[in-house]
Amino acid sequence: MPVKQPISPGRRRFRQPLWPYLFALPMVLWLLAVFGYPMVKVVQYSFQVVGGKTVRWVGLANYRFILRDPIFWKSLSNNAFLLLAVPILLALSLLFAILLFERIRGWRFYRAVVFLPYVLAPTAVGLAFGYMYQYNGVLNTLLRHLGVAGADWLGKASLVMPSVMSVIIWQQLGFGVVLFLARLMSVPAELYEAARIDGANWWQEHRHITIPQLRLAIEFFAVVEVITMLSWVFNYVYVMTAGGPGFASHVLEYYIYKNAFAFRAMGVASAVAVMLLAVTMVLVVFYFRLRNASQAAEE
Amino acid sequence: MSLKARGRALFIQLLMGLMSILSLYPLYFILVTSLKSQREYVYNLWAPPVHPTLANFVEVFLGSKMPKWFVNSLIITVVTVGVSTIVAAMGAYAIARGRFWGHRAVFNTMVGLLVVPPVILVVPMFILMVRVGLINTFSGVIFFYAGLLIPFSVYLLVNFFRTLPEEVFDAALIDGCSPLVMLWRIVMPLAAPALITLIVVNAVWVWNELFIALVFLQKEELRTLMAGLALFQGRYSTNQPLIMAGSLVGLLPALLLYLFGQRYFIRGLTAGSFR
Repeated sequence: MPVKQPISPGRRRFRQPLWPYLFALPMVLWLLAVFGYPMVKVVQYSFQVVGGKTVRWVGLANYRFILRDPIFWKSLSNNAFLLLAVPILLALSLLFAILLFERIRGWRFYRAVVFLPYVLAPTAVGLAFGYMYQYNGVLNTLLRHLGVAGADWLGKASLVMPSVMSVIIWQQLGFGVVLFLARLMSVPAELYEAARIDGANWWQEHRHITIPQLRLAIEFFAVVEVITMLSWVFNYVYVMTAGGPGFASHVLEYYIYKNAFAFRAMGVASAVAVMLLAVTMVLVVFYFRLRNASQAAEE
Repeated sequence: MSLKARGRALFIQLLMGLMSILSLYPLYFILVTSLKSQREYVYNLWAPPVHPTLANFVEVFLGSKMPKWFVNSLIITVVTVGVSTIVAAMGAYAIARGRFWGHRAVFNTMVGLLVVPPVILVVPMFILMVRVGLINTFSGVIFFYAGLLIPFSVYLLVNFFRTLPEEVFDAALIDGCSPLVMLWRIVMPLAAPALITLIVVNAVWVWNELFIALVFLQKEELRTLMAGLALFQGRYSTNQPLIMAGSLVGLLPALLLYLFGQRYFIRGLTAGSFR
């Protein structure tokens, strides 16, 4: 809608102003350089062997290589395993958010405390947990006092991924709690009052009111956490296990890191990145559907 | 209160107490360990130090490259956040108020990019930076980081700018404000709460980032604090108290920001979500 323009009526009314283009230009160029260019290039590199100055097309060789590489499959299955953390996080954050929502004594304090791990540097956190999980570390000492045998939490192939997962859950939980709590506070109180008059118990109340009301927030959190488990766990693995013991705690990011920067196999790393990109695209679709649903709900 | 209700309240408090202990314990561990000598750590894992010492901090500040890395991280964080905030504010203003041709498509692309993880971009960016000679420079890393922050920043600011009343803009237009003056003098001050949130969240992100820092700044004297800390560990892996002292220094800035500006964090990190 054109704004009434008393100063220079002839000049501005009919022509599209230029300034929005100028304002948007740096942003658009920057995004093209940092997202657009690499997303195109990574596909190209995945079909090439990239050397210092030379590139050679090798067709699907990089893809064939990773599909035959047991370490790739190990990494993939570890990321898949980490996805199990998502339902755990959903359940725990819902539970804590609901309990805090009841305005129990000290809820503000608890909210601040549960969110705190989320802001701490994953590198520092990973180092600390690495020590706490050491064979002679705090955790095993505690277990010994309780009369339970300890274990080599990060040194044993079968335990290393659950241990890494525990740290990720520890750090991500607060995000879910705060998100759900914020959303709960905007649920109309009458809904709960009506349910109570109808004689609904705690379980029914949350089953039939809280969860449907929070559906979009829950789905949003689930999508964000799925992305986290697939592509934001490098920090933990790098400082806690360096992918070990053996290859037991390799994840896709670590596999990309090793191939690209330790073995200089940029093509192989790119092929993995392309696969991750494909998965991300699927998630983007989900994300957009959620967003549209949330906008529809607002209107 | 009935007996049952009291029992329930007690149970919830116990549960919350347990959760608090689990949430806070690692921080306590880092703190008390950093104040122990290496010898004391071996026999006293749990309790606060019997003979507290600042030797680890002295070593961190005087005997290592940590101060240098700290300054590096500080420079990178401040410049990245500054640049990306300005670029994002101009872009967001154009999207929210300029309604230029294609602004919807740009905004939707932005939302899609929120989901794209940096690992996918790292290899081509690395090769590009090597070719243009920006590897092992702060400029290269800042360029990459700032770009990565733009989608979230624009998303948050567009949503905020859209909540500003139309009259503010009309009044300024009638006064003959140029778009740049309007953004700087009128919109930015009104958006101060959103901007503070954005700056805090982005700064913590840059400060904590590891993968890119590790790969793009490989010279010892160019390391960021997080990369330095991660590599530190390999060298002093048996000196746990020293590493914990370094870690404490590394997480302290974000922790202090959190303690004094909790609401900005909570607002910023829930702002990306949908209702």
